[in-house]
Amino acid sequence: MDDKTTSTRRPRSAGTAGGVGTAEAVEDLQVGWGPESRLAERHEPPTPHGAGALRRAVGRNLTAYGFLCAALICFALFSWYPMFREVVLSFQQNNFVDPGIWVGFDNFRTVIADPAFRSAWLNTAAFSGLALVIGYAVPFVLAVVLNELKHAKAYLRFVVYLPVMLPPAVAVLLFKWFYDPGAGLFNQVLGVVHIPPLSWLDSTSTALISLVIVSTWMNLGTGTLIYLAALQSIPGELYESAELDGAGLFRRVWHVTIPQTKLILLVMLLLQIVATMQVFIEPYLLTGGGPENATVTVAYLMYQYAFNFGDFGGGSALGLMLMIALLIFSTVYLRVSREEDAR
Amino acid sequence: MRTLVSPLALRTPRGRVIYWTILTVTVVGFTGAFVFPLYWMVTGALKSPDELAQIPPSFFPKHFDLHVYVDAWEQLQLGVFLKNTVLYAGGAWLFTLAVDVSAAYALSKLRPIFGKLVLGAMLATLMIPPMVLLLPTYLVAKDLPIFHADLLNTPWAIWLPAAANGFFVFLLKRFFDSIPRELLEAAEIDGASPARILWSIVLPVSRPIIGVVSILSVVTVWKDFVWPLLVLPETDKMSISVGIASLSAQMPQNVLIASLVIASLPTIIVFFIFQRSIMAGLTAGSLKG
Repeated sequence: MDDKTTSTRRPRSAGTAGGVGTAEAVEDLQVGWGPESRLAERHEPPTPHGAGALRRAVGRNLTAYGFLCAALICFALFSWYPMFREVVLSFQQNNFVDPGIWVGFDNFRTVIADPAFRSAWLNTAAFSGLALVIGYAVPFVLAVVLNELKHAKAYLRFVVYLPVMLPPAVAVLLFKWFYDPGAGLFNQVLGVVHIPPLSWLDSTSTALISLVIVSTWMNLGTGTLIYLAALQSIPGELYESAELDGAGLFRRVWHVTIPQTKLILLVMLLLQIVATMQVFIEPYLLTGGGPENATVTVAYLMYQYAFNFGDFGGGSALGLMLMIALLIFSTVYLRVSREEDAR
Repeated sequence: MRTLVSPLALRTPRGRVIYWTILTVTVVGFTGAFVFPLYWMVTGALKSPDELAQIPPSFFPKHFDLHVYVDAWEQLQLGVFLKNTVLYAGGAWLFTLAVDVSAAYALSKLRPIFGKLVLGAMLATLMIPPMVLLLPTYLVAKDLPIFHADLLNTPWAIWLPAAANGFFVFLLKRFFDSIPRELLEAAEIDGASPARILWSIVLPVSRPIIGVVSILSVVTVWKDFVWPLLVLPETDKMSISVGIASLSAQMPQNVLIASLVIASLPTIIVFFIFQRSIMAGLTAGSLKG
């Protein structure tokens, strides 16, 4: 079953047995995971001599695939095959009783012609963008501050990660109550500082930012703790010598802290883009895509196509487009993390 | 260890004032941002619907009556939802460990032919977030290829996909790679089978990574929303997140909030107990993930 993912790659007749995998594909996939390939080469099993050795090698392979078979079945069914199926679905019209009919790019034309399509991509981009503006620098700043504090360390670390531990559905429903235009917590707090109440989720101008706020609150802790770990590996001498050279606080951040954490900052940037572009639960539970499509996202539209309109073809077409968009970021991510390995 | 601010600067009177100001602001700010919403949730549940609608709101509930929690438990069948979620998370945990540990062991120590290809294909799945494959994966669960079984409304719909986790295989394999070969070779010479070596040598020394993977797998399944929403549509089969979300519209406000409190308790308790492992898993994931 795993043929499906591999057979799309250019076959080469280097195969010893089965001819399923190609050495080329192995290399292709391995390059990105630098240390793996290096490790693997070092411990290449010894070349067998004679019939006894051959029998042992066959036995070893059979045992190994015995250990692997459960994982191969799970991955094949729920990871590899769905990738292939997504492509097929998006070019087919399907009622799941008769075999699907190939319709070329019809599904893509249908979803692109949908007025919600444009809104969905714009909203998704706006959501990711706003989440970056609000949520990207904040964890880094918090980590820098936390790293300087000598008191209440355990408490602060615990507390910042607390929202991450809540089930997302709970956090989102909690914020739905906070956003209540009447007695909701946020308007009450605004009232205390004499700011007129906002309609939060009910207005086209504030609905999307309300979703970004929940999402940022839920996920802030992860970034903060990851940066904190990265900051702790910066050698103290660097700050020492920067200070001797007369660098002030902000110049030390700019010339020592940021360059030293540059790669992790870049990796987190890409991970955050990939994560926020899949936003689904916030619009699903808070707004249902409204008001006036102001919070429809690509993932939400995909869900609607499949489960509200019964159009799996259109939904898969959207899924495929989102997958390609995210693959671009994932590829950059792989290159960046490979660079990190090389260091 | 020396950090951004030098210890000398902190010892000056001005440095000390600034330090304590920043500390106070941080502690108050963090408490306000991350603990206060939870306080508001726990006390909000204790308020009557009238008190909840009142402006300005009361800081402390007027009556300390835990009855609403009992109501929530009964009206929302939280007992059923919790039992289901325990079943899904617990089963996914056992299943994930069994499947991913043996896969990682085979890839790390038995090194079969095409092992690198298999590992590469497993890691490649990390590049494609499950969300974009939601529809085809749902169709697989609905009608399993070859076996033609309908997994919807069965725990298998959660357990099988949970085990297909490239990140866990990667974490486990990386740890197994660091186990010295001599240790295993000695056992092999003594005639131990691969299964025996895995059970008596590899597993005992891999306790830390198995702890990390266990907690990550339980918490992931517990927190998941979209997948159980699709594959467990029957009310009696719902996980706690999905159950509360789908019944939320029909509940009085205070009962809903009480159910949110009950739903968040398990993960927060887990966090209290396994803080260290959870944070270790986080930084393990930051390097590659």
